[in-house]
Amino acid sequence: MSTATADHHGPARGLMRWVTTTNHKDIGSLYLLFALIMFLIGGAMAMVIRAELFQPGLQLVDPQFFNSMTTVHALLMIFGAVMPAFTGLANWLIPMQIGAPDMALPRLNNFSFWLLPFAFTMLLSTFFMNGGGPASGWTLYPPLSLQMDAGFPFMIFAIHLAGISSIMGSINVIVTILNMRAPGMTLMKMPLFVWTWLITAYLLIATMPVLAGAVTMLLTDKFAGTSFFSAAGGGDPVMYQHIFWFFGHPEVYILILPAFGIVSAILPTFARKPLFGYSSMVYATASIAFLSFIVWAHHMFTVGMPVVGELFFMYATMMIAVPTGVKVFNWISTMWRGSMTFETPMLFAVGFIIMFTIGGFSGLMLSIAPADFQYHDTYFVVAHFHYVLVTGAIYSIMAAVYYWLPKWTGHMYDERLGKLHFWISTISVNVLFFPQHFLGLAGMPRRIPDYSVQFADWNMISSLGGFVFGLSQLMFVWIIFKAIRGGRKATDQVWEGAQGLEWTLSSPPPYHSFNQPPTVR
Amino acid sequence: MTHSADAYYVPHSSYLPIIASIALTVSVVGAACWFNGTASGPMTFYIGLAMVLAMLFGWFNTVVKENLCGLYNAQVDRSFRQGMMWFIFSEVMFFAAFFGALFYARVLSVPWLLGDATGLATHLFLWQDYNEYWPTNGPANAGGDFQTIGAWGIPALNTTLLLASGITLTLSHHALKAADNARTVWWLIATVALGSVFLGFQAYEYIHAYQDLNLTLASGVYGSTFFMLTGFHGFHVALGTAMLIVITIRAARRHFTPDNHFAFEGVAWYWHFVDVVWLGLFIFVYVL
Amino acid sequence: MSASSRWYQLLLALFSLNAGTAVADYALNMTQGVTRTSQAVYDLHMIIFWICVAIGIVVFGVMIYAMFRHRKSRGVKAAQFHESTTMELVWTLIPIIILVSMAIPATRVLLAMEDTSDADMTIKVTGIQWKWKYDYVDTEAEGLSVVSSLHPDHNEARQLGADADLTVFGDTYLLDVDNPLVVPTGKKIRFLLTAADVIHSWWVPDLGWKKDAIPGFINESWTIIDQPGVYRGQCAELCGRDHAFMPVVVVAKEPAEYAAWVAEQKQAAVDIANSADRVWTKAELMAKGEAVYQTNCAACHQPNGQGLPPVFPALAGSAMATAEDPAAHIDIVLNGKAGSAMTAYRDILNDVDLAAVITYERNAWGNQASIVQPADIKATR
Ligand code: HEA
Ligand code: HEA
Ligand code: HEC
Ligand code: CUA
Ligand SMILES: [Cu+2]
Repeated sequence: MSTATADHHGPARGLMRWVTTTNHKDIGSLYLLFALIMFLIGGAMAMVIRAELFQPGLQLVDPQFFNSMTTVHALLMIFGAVMPAFTGLANWLIPMQIGAPDMALPRLNNFSFWLLPFAFTMLLSTFFMNGGGPASGWTLYPPLSLQMDAGFPFMIFAIHLAGISSIMGSINVIVTILNMRAPGMTLMKMPLFVWTWLITAYLLIATMPVLAGAVTMLLTDKFAGTSFFSAAGGGDPVMYQHIFWFFGHPEVYILILPAFGIVSAILPTFARKPLFGYSSMVYATASIAFLSFIVWAHHMFTVGMPVVGELFFMYATMMIAVPTGVKVFNWISTMWRGSMTFETPMLFAVGFIIMFTIGGFSGLMLSIAPADFQYHDTYFVVAHFHYVLVTGAIYSIMAAVYYWLPKWTGHMYDERLGKLHFWISTISVNVLFFPQHFLGLAGMPRRIPDYSVQFADWNMISSLGGFVFGLSQLMFVWIIFKAIRGGRKATDQVWEGAQGLEWTLSSPPPYHSFNQPPTVR
Repeated sequence: MTHSADAYYVPHSSYLPIIASIALTVSVVGAACWFNGTASGPMTFYIGLAMVLAMLFGWFNTVVKENLCGLYNAQVDRSFRQGMMWFIFSEVMFFAAFFGALFYARVLSVPWLLGDATGLATHLFLWQDYNEYWPTNGPANAGGDFQTIGAWGIPALNTTLLLASGITLTLSHHALKAADNARTVWWLIATVALGSVFLGFQAYEYIHAYQDLNLTLASGVYGSTFFMLTGFHGFHVALGTAMLIVITIRAARRHFTPDNHFAFEGVAWYWHFVDVVWLGLFIFVYVL
Repeated sequence: MSASSRWYQLLLALFSLNAGTAVADYALNMTQGVTRTSQAVYDLHMIIFWICVAIGIVVFGVMIYAMFRHRKSRGVKAAQFHESTTMELVWTLIPIIILVSMAIPATRVLLAMEDTSDADMTIKVTGIQWKWKYDYVDTEAEGLSVVSSLHPDHNEARQLGADADLTVFGDTYLLDVDNPLVVPTGKKIRFLLTAADVIHSWWVPDLGWKKDAIPGFINESWTIIDQPGVYRGQCAELCGRDHAFMPVVVVAKEPAEYAAWVAEQKQAAVDIANSADRVWTKAELMAKGEAVYQTNCAACHQPNGQGLPPVFPALAGSAMATAEDPAAHIDIVLNGKAGSAMTAYRDILNDVDLAAVITYERNAWGNQASIVQPADIKATR
């Protein structure tokens, strides 16, 4: 076992510090900043969507542009906001939580980050090309996606670059966790955030290459005359969907497992009580990850699979409710007979549990194949995934930011504003997404810029909720900005009930986390 | 720099990653323009490629130097090993996507087009005249009639070549562990030679396919999967060969010691991975 | 509908207790539909819904109770328990039992829905950007073919920035077509779904299912409609720019009425075939051509022929549409252009429509070129 890093240097100065840094905290901050920017751009696109859907009739944008908004909104939110935000948290926290000096492969770490700005600039640049941005939905189903004009290869390569970034980032996470733990930090002592990220990283290296393969085949189908996805040449458009969702379903758990880890860190702190059922939490996470590889075709119940296939994927999907339920029940048992306080991170964590579970319930409804024949491609699905993504993934990220911000900056954020942010967000986000269940059940398809008048009322309400939710995120930006600039000094432990290695470091922590590996009980 | 031999080496800030990002971006932008038929495309692509190569050279040079300075302790070495292992795993998944396409087409979509098994009515209404299972270029006879490449000619030979190269590489590794530098280098040279001959045959086979058999990328799903799988594999063999050449040179310069030669092992794993993929290819693309 | 009246209705909805009647009747829940399948799906939906609600009440109930009782501000000391294998087993097994009890009815419904055997008649449905084509494959209607596009009035109203009053359409805005699919009641109808260009999805909520239409493959589904009526739905798979404007309308008629409709359609088809043999005047062709153009081509090439360059080329002043020899023009409309959104209209339009629309394109918006006769099309086919 090694003892320490011998690199006692502080950060370099100026802009180049950020460009050339190999420090896990710098890179973590870069990721988080990048994610925030992408969240704002992707959110602005969602605002265009909601504005066009405010009333029936086409008022603001051409349908083609509307489709681009939907597509790029999703790509930015998933690949640009949530994934980089989680990676940023991983960078900041994993070395501190396992007692390591830094990430295992620091230069690779910087490379993983800096690919992203280039990838997303490329993606966004397609809006200025002939034919405009991608407009075939984030799933890029052929043959429709092949009808895209000049932007097509740029979009594909942007996905390749973002994919390389994720793969390199995940390799780094895996190696850090497996090889850099402080003496005594056994696997079953690791905080759950570390565990969930380890499993997430495996999901990533197993599925991102598959996505890369899928889009590569799109590229050759368009430019090299191949027929992977064309029946005339013996291929099948549905084959793309299978390959895509083999990636796509594990991807949605990539977007939620780290969130589980965050919530499992926050609840014990504010309940002042150890996490209930640590080991079953670990096994549940692993089971979810395993199951996620065999459920992909629940996104494709209507493509005309043989009925045995439909049954298999229905049963497998329903099974996921079991380990997820285990997590929920363990969280509640953690809260049970605790001594709870409700600071902002705790509010977001509790909000997460309730609203994620609502999203999970609608997911379970979607998994019932015959019922999905009605739900599929309606706003019911949109409601489902925004509950798990916005009030799930995004809420967990916000909880994490509030929870660790004092550690990162050394300053407490403004608690009053934080709580206000939580309440405005939570009310508006439900006004935004709950009515979408009704719309979907009443028969409103997704990905449409104009709709029949009987859907008007709920759309208007949803849009209003959307605008308020969007604006309230500016509060979030402001709170972070304020805490970086200054504020009440944070103690090392920050929260009364906080447990774990990162809370033994100073706030803000030293540039190199653990020069001497800490001893773990 | 004050690095004790025992410390985990955390490199200083570095320009390499940002150069790598820019280089990759330039090359894909070039490729994208090329696909779109923009005149500057190829040029941009080659410039990007040159930048990538220069960057790789610089990066590996740095790593080699750091290693030779003794900055890497056993733990750093493990990081590299594990990193390489999981990287190879991700490559396996990349191939899995293309193998998946092959299996899906053969086992599901082509039979469905023929109306098999599920009793679907596809063949009754859309492709009445279609009746070939595999190999097939689809009901529209995409790319025109073609012939396939038999398994027991060049492909079988190539299989032997690659298997042999796996053996020579292992012999080299044993020699390295026995601190027999001359043998290490010679077996490496033999491995490089085998890899190169493989590539030569592969190139010959492609030319033959295009010129004499009318088997092209556009030959329906057979041509698509055939060239995608073999081409992607060939690309990996080329990379592997280049990596082998590098470590041959390094071995000749006595960079490796019996207990510190991660680069050698990394390349060897990579080469064995390429080897195993070929076996899969040989069976599923050529033989079956 | 103007924004202010919407606002007013919204306020009404929010502040009146019987919101459901205050506003036009919008639904909160899935339709029960008009077939046995749709009823079964609805029942299934309600079962899983109530199960989820029940679990939700228990789970959130416990949680909220804890949040009120076990707070630090009430002076509670935190307990330190953190493990119980019994509990883990309990909350693994109970959900499994619940899930199995959901899976059983779901499996039953699914198997019934996938059984397309013993159909009384078959209709082939083809999705085309952005319309549906229905071919009657067997029975007395064999050979009939209906092309169904968004109703022209709606098409006009939905243009970007159009200041149309949408209330005139009632609840059918965007859900009305020029030629609906007409089917008999009480018969098991097998649908064969496919597409010409990209993937579409054929969906009428009242029938209880949707199914994707995939180019190059045929999917099957079936329905039995017991009640005569008009049932509306939409394309449910993103299929490009006008995905939102690709409605499905099914008119179910009593068998006798249906038979009359079939006879009438057959006669009309014969009339068209006959008229294709005579020579048409330019005025006739232009009048018919404009109608065909507006329903079939205007979505891309725009009502004014200016297209949306660079994706959809302008036809006004286009070299092809103004060349003296119409051969190339006929060819692209007949056969489409591979790899672009330009569909082959060979099987969508008849000879008269094709001649008319081509003539129209060659002589509208300032274009001046030769006219094309139905006979020319027939000869080229
Ligand atoms: C973070 C992302 C995330 C998460 C976590 C989930 C979780 C789940 N999802 Fe979701 N899903 C998406 C993101 C996500 N999904 C997205 C983005 C899409 C749309 C993609 C697109 O088309 O663009 C989608 C679409 C989607 C579909 C396809 C719908 C369609 O297109 O027709 C289905 C179908 O089965 C589905 C199912 C599920 C299920 C069963 C879960 C389960 O994991 C949920 C499990 C959780 C619970 C059930 C709640 C807690 C459990 C208990 C309290 C225990 C007791 C409960 C019971 C016994 C019921 N999802
Ligand atoms: C993590 C993923 C994520 C997140 C966070 C969100 C966040 C939001 N999403 Fe999205 N969404 C998806 C993932 C996500 N979405 C996916 C995968 C799809 C499917 C795409 C497809 O069909 O292919 C989708 C589709 C989708 C649709 C359906 C579009 C369609 O089918 O045509 C809608 C419609 O309401 C919508 C709305 C919103 C809104 C209002 C938010 C809000 O939460 C956003 C709030 C944030 C901001 C608004 C930014 C902050 C504020 C500012 C920048 C200031 C400016 C603000 C104002 C002017 C008010 N999303
Ligand atoms: C789904 C969109 C779409 C619809 C509907 C459509 N077209 Fe086109 N059309 C195109 C596209 C795209 C092209 C350009 C093809 C190319 O050259 O790549 C095109 C090209 C053409 C051209 C050649 C123009 C030129 O100058 O090169 C003609 C003529 C034409 N269409 C006629 C028609 C007619 C007639 C109809 C209706 C019966 C029609 N189109 C409906 C998309 C469409
Ligand atoms: Cu056709 Cu959507
Ligand atoms: Cu899924």
